[in-house]
Amino acid sequence: MWLLFSGGGMVAALVLPALLILLGVVVPLGLLGAPDHAHLLAVLRFPLTRLTLLAVCFLCLVHAAHRFRYTLQDGLKLTRFDGAIATVCYSAALLGSAAAAYLLFVSL
Amino acid sequence: MPEEITLQVARYRPEQEDRPTFDEYKVPLRKDWAVLDGLNYIKDELDGTLSYRWSCRMGICGSCGARVNGEPKLTCGTFLTDYAPGPVRIEPLANFPIIRDLVVDLTDFLVKLGAVQPWLIRDEDKPVEEGEYLQTPAELDEYKQFSMCINCMLCYSACPVYGLDDKFLGPAAIALAQRYNLDSRDEGADRRLTVLSQPEGVWGCTFVGECSRACPKGVDPAGAIQRYKLTAATAAVKKLLMPWGQR
Amino acid sequence: MTTQRLYKPRISVLWWLSRRSYTLFVLRELSSLFVGWAVVYLLLLIRAVAGGPVAYQRFLHWSASPWAIVLNVVTAAFLLYHTVTFINLTPQAMVVQVRGRRVPPRLLLGPLYLAWLVVSAVLVWLVVG
Repeated sequence: MWLLFSGGGMVAALVLPALLILLGVVVPLGLLGAPDHAHLLAVLRFPLTRLTLLAVCFLCLVHAAHRFRYTLQDGLKLTRFDGAIATVCYSAALLGSAAAAYLLFVSL
Repeated sequence: MPEEITLQVARYRPEQEDRPTFDEYKVPLRKDWAVLDGLNYIKDELDGTLSYRWSCRMGICGSCGARVNGEPKLTCGTFLTDYAPGPVRIEPLANFPIIRDLVVDLTDFLVKLGAVQPWLIRDEDKPVEEGEYLQTPAELDEYKQFSMCINCMLCYSACPVYGLDDKFLGPAAIALAQRYNLDSRDEGADRRLTVLSQPEGVWGCTFVGECSRACPKGVDPAGAIQRYKLTAATAAVKKLLMPWGQR
Repeated sequence: MTTQRLYKPRISVLWWLSRRSYTLFVLRELSSLFVGWAVVYLLLLIRAVAGGPVAYQRFLHWSASPWAIVLNVVTAAFLLYHTVTFINLTPQAMVVQVRGRRVPPRLLLGPLYLAWLVVSAVLVWLVVG
């Protein structure tokens, strides 16, 4: 579990800032023209992109779930509900990963 | 007339009060006086009922730890002039039950310290005639910083995880386990693994990092714990892949 | 012998406000929420791209709405905080040996930040094309 957490943390650290700042801040603010739809589709349909993105989503979500589980417990003194909190957090991460798999390998 | 500084010292007298209160004392502010000298002045000259632990006055015995203005410190190595003009607030170490004034109950820490078996473990002792166990300087460097721990428990006072859940094994005990795990003469890593890899062992730690900042001896318990997480995780994966393997 | 009457201090629910370093720690841990949101946002974008040019335009329009931008700016700040704290703590948690000698922890930071720059550059190039 911890290997997934720290691996995910590293992936999130390296990958997410660039993507989110570009696609969530720079492009919506109009500082840079939105990428062409056909170009994005081509990049996303490349098999290696799909696999990498799925791995990135899975690792980041597991990382987030694991960390948030302990944040809730320590920050709000909820250690006695650990079982329930852990179940909810990890289920959410798995659901998100399943959605990512569906989007990347079925929808696209 | 020498300069003075006010010390606000936490008092807890179980026979007369339910919770700690503060008493104020004025002590001389001298350049060479540590907080501990201030406490000794109070005990000798102002109020003999004040209770606190101390012994060596030189940062080796690890018994004079207290919170000075909220920070866990060795009172013998913390100078009054750094807090001038004051007042200085002195409280017992956080996260431990208080017996009286600045004296806390060490039982929990001592039990945990014993649990990690902090001594050299050999499968089979070498006969004395064969001489000593040799070690290179590089092998010594592997664990040397962890052997500097003086069991002062400042790291436990700084650790919010231990404060929230005292089942957590805690920084110093894990660092000391690593001190022996990383020693080339030791063969007890497997025996310590069972204690350290429990949920209340290394996995309780969320890497706040305050223990390493609090340590007066430059030990890095936070680093030791994270490094051990890798060891424990690798061991778990190995066991999963090769359940028949011995080690 | 009298029985001891120990005083057991209790930690308040707001313990993480009591010291600056504790607050910074909890903020670091809270970055997990924003890591989660960043993934969800990217998945929404992928869904829009998969849905065709019209869906993609709708997504671009929605992502330019004020609250989406505010949320994403906050998210970006937390992601950067996550990256910096995570990279800075890595040498403390990992011992790297080269030719039997331990690499000084500080020397590990350079390659890590370089890797971040390279990965970011590749990603930007992939997206912008």
